[in-house]
Amino acid sequence: MKEVVVISGKGGTGKTTVVASLAVLVRSKVMVDCDVDAADLDLLLKPVTQKRHEFWSGQKAVIDEEKCTQCGLCQDVCRFAAITDEFRVDPVSCEGCGFCYHVCPIEAIVMQDNLSGNWFVSETKYGPLVHARLGIAQENSGKLVAMVRQQAKLIAEKQGLDYILSDGPPGIGCPVISSLSGVNLAVIITEPTLSGIHDLDRVIGVCQHFGVRPTVGINKYDINETNSRQIENYCQSRSIEVAARIPYDNVVTEALVQEVPVVEYSDNGVSRQIKTLWERIVASI
Amino acid sequence: MIISIASGKGGTGKTMVATSLALSLADKKTVQLLDCDVEEPDAHIFLKPSFSHREAVSISIPKLDEEKCSYCGKCAEVCAYNAIAVFPEHVLVFPELCHGCGACSYLCPEDALSEVNKEVGILETGQSNGIEFIHGRLAIGEAMATPIIREVKKHINQEQLAIIDVAPGTSCPVVEAVKDSDFCLLVTEPTPFGLNDLKLAVGMVKKLGIPHGIVINRDGAGNSQLEEYCAEQGIPILLRVPLDIEIARLYSRGINLVEGMPEWREAFTRLYDDIEQIVLARCEER
Repeated sequence: MKEVVVISGKGGTGKTTVVASLAVLVRSKVMVDCDVDAADLDLLLKPVTQKRHEFWSGQKAVIDEEKCTQCGLCQDVCRFAAITDEFRVDPVSCEGCGFCYHVCPIEAIVMQDNLSGNWFVSETKYGPLVHARLGIAQENSGKLVAMVRQQAKLIAEKQGLDYILSDGPPGIGCPVISSLSGVNLAVIITEPTLSGIHDLDRVIGVCQHFGVRPTVGINKYDINETNSRQIENYCQSRSIEVAARIPYDNVVTEALVQEVPVVEYSDNGVSRQIKTLWERIVASI
Repeated sequence: MIISIASGKGGTGKTMVATSLALSLADKKTVQLLDCDVEEPDAHIFLKPSFSHREAVSISIPKLDEEKCSYCGKCAEVCAYNAIAVFPEHVLVFPELCHGCGACSYLCPEDALSEVNKEVGILETGQSNGIEFIHGRLAIGEAMATPIIREVKKHINQEQLAIIDVAPGTSCPVVEAVKDSDFCLLVTEPTPFGLNDLKLAVGMVKKLGIPHGIVINRDGAGNSQLEEYCAEQGIPILLRVPLDIEIARLYSRGINLVEGMPEWREAFTRLYDDIEQIVLARCEER
């Protein structure tokens, strides 16, 4: 069983478009959406949810107004400015460290378990999908990512599937690190813009930091061919393969509006490049 | 006034809107641009500031004095993040799990834990076209963006106009950047992904109680569901930027919209006026 994650650094470069198409092309796999705070893969794969699970993670402090003498110690020790001048806890700012709970001289503070979101095991016509929805303004997206990946792995083992295909989050922080650990390959979808190039360099840095091998796909490569060549040279100098050069084409948006994976919608340059991408991925792992 | 620019979905044009707004107003008022997308900060590409100051951003992590430690285990017990493990004659600290809350060192009965700084990123300040520019950069391999966002936001001058460029998504780094704004501009595109993620972002700003409005980028690219949603929810659409390959090409070269197409300057000035109206009306309501 091999696990491939699609990430990007910069947001909106086409991760989900690529993953949804790979869902069509790859036979024996489970899919997992690791972009838990803006999950979109389900819009294209039309899952039927089999099981919904609550995701409880971390705690939030709550002050008992009856007991509180407003001594101010909790406010003094809190480094997240989570305790208001009225001695209430702002749940958005509270990071659940419990410092206030431990120091309160009259035990007026309790720590309550926090429902951070939900995760789902679903069936799609392309195979099983594990996805999640982080609650609004919740933390611990890294832990939720670890949870959905672990579930996908269990499904892959149980059903004897060859691949775990993972749609990753943008950025380079905690949910990305959580999506990357221990995967066989990170496919980085970038675009030939100065922002894309800047962010590519940082996300490749993260892959190398955690010892994950990256491969690159350039989306909308013909929107600025000078920048695309710069990406190719950059990758070549670091012995990173450029596995696909996907052209700019309105069919990508058309397919998205129809809510179908682009390889199902049209057999054009975009679809051919995504097929090539998968062939290269298989060859390299 | 603080205006934050968020989106839910990535790549919808937050940085384009944030930098265009800043440039369009810079000759009329004092403007700050704070790039709080510290994982992938890109605003400097479009504003090309000259940086005059750079500092490390650190969190405090515990450091053990083995001489004093009695291996009682109190620190491990109070740590909510499992960042400390205590063995019979050994203590392990996992800095990457530490949130820097300080509970362990404060509560250690032997006073055996002090705090040391651990660098998690940098902050740079500079000037660009009369705009005060501040951004933070998370160090490669570091997980937590919020301490850097907090540091960047300490530079906000309430007397001036502060424009905050935010990361995509709706989780903790986004909330940290958006909270305490007077207005949040949500940049989206008329596709199912744009709409789905916009709904999440609207949920977030509503929870934070921040007035908000929409910028539709790549207008005309998709379908009408986005417009229907905004009408239904009563969220004002304050600006539309059409799907235009020329705008995409300018962006790809790091050229700001109002720089490459100065005719857009007026639209962004008007956008600010509209935001100001909404914020003032809300103040009066209170």
